[in-house]
Amino acid sequence: MSTHHIKLTLNGETKEADVPARLLLVHLIREVFNLTGTHIGCDTTSCGACTVILNGRPVKACTVLAVQADGAAVQTVEGLAQGGQLHPIQEGFHQCHGLQCGFCTPGMLLTSAAFLAEHPNPSDDEIRWAISGNLCRCTGYMNIVKAVQYAAEKMRAASAQPAAAD
Amino acid sequence: MIPPAFDYAAPTSLSDALALLSQNPEAKVLAGGHSLIPALKFRMASPALLVDINKVAGLAYLREAGGWLAIGAMTREADLDRSALVREKYPLLADTARMIADPLVRNLATIGGNLAHADPANDHPATMLAYRAEVTAQGPAGARTIPIADFFTGPFTTSLAANEILTEIRLPARRAGDGGCYLKIERKVGDYATAAVAVQINVNAAGVCTSAGLALTNLGLTAIRCAAAEAALVGQPLDEAAIKAAAQRAAQAAEPVSDYRGSEAYKRSLVTTLTVRALRTALERARR
Repeated sequence: MSTHHIKLTLNGETKEADVPARLLLVHLIREVFNLTGTHIGCDTTSCGACTVILNGRPVKACTVLAVQADGAAVQTVEGLAQGGQLHPIQEGFHQCHGLQCGFCTPGMLLTSAAFLAEHPNPSDDEIRWAISGNLCRCTGYMNIVKAVQYAAEKMRAASAQPAAAD
Repeated sequence: MIPPAFDYAAPTSLSDALALLSQNPEAKVLAGGHSLIPALKFRMASPALLVDINKVAGLAYLREAGGWLAIGAMTREADLDRSALVREKYPLLADTARMIADPLVRNLATIGGNLAHADPANDHPATMLAYRAEVTAQGPAGARTIPIADFFTGPFTTSLAANEILTEIRLPARRAGDGGCYLKIERKVGDYATAAVAVQINVNAAGVCTSAGLALTNLGLTAIRCAAAEAALVGQPLDEAAIKAAAQRAAQAAEPVSDYRGSEAYKRSLVTTLTVRALRTALERARR
């Protein structure tokens, strides 16, 4: 089996690794780079617990080879909070009780964050469509939709404010 | 689940990719990977080499030229779904892309992979049969055109040679009076179709159907083109009687088997209902 030297950007940091061809991206993230916020749920492309953002789009990291991420930008849940401040989507899940066991949460957060970046003013139906590849077995989704709306509102308010002058 | 061991190459040109396939008869092409990687994990495939064509430039595009809509084989389902051109002029294709798997899968899954994998449960095969599409296969001796009717030879089997790569799909460009629709019943997001119907029609100013394509997903060993149902439409005013006659013939053409998605009778009944609804929607769209 071939081994490949790869170089990628993970949450803004350049990372390099030697990976066997069959290593999955989710295992690279969890076991080589030790970022265990990306969960392995079904391992069959169904549940979305392993969702990461690959070059700007959310994908299921159980169905991508690590070697395919060579040259890519990857974001995981660990990269959402910036400078000790929760991302608005994390704050929304906290405020609206958008999780119970928390297993699906990293995937839900990343799918929602990528969705809100393109849809600042979504309807509840659009949110449900966007997260339809992420399964939650606890919440019944009601509070997840509320959490995404909370984040959308917060992000709209922030973008309407002029940047603070130093 | 860890896939079986394989070698991996990511050529940056089509000629290099074709050379790798010719040198390695046990190689498989990796496109979006959302059928192949699960198949590897389940040990349903164990190729010696994966030839990843994601780094080959120029295989993802949508352009109208010469009476066709040409689609690069590496075009992602999400990009079909987002395309204003597809939404406005190719509603059958837009409906289909939007119903494949789930939003995250669609960010990587490709139209070329969906066709070349030739899973009878995949959605694009029926849609391309209804459109009367054609595809380009590139091989060591150059390119050849394959009409879609000659492409699917059995379940998971196509007329592509092992050293050929599907590079382009072409649909007839939209003409006045064209309308299409894809309707799919699935148990939940991400499941394969319990039954799905693709229709593409043209109606003239007098409301008479001048051409019709009708095909079914996951109701046989391959996608099924319903020639008898098409014949029941062409030359007829597209009224409810013609629509119902076509729907009955479509149900007769289906070859469903009873399984955990439903009984044979239920699936056949779905074909009737979905065909009626899809034809009504296609007619509305044709009149726009």
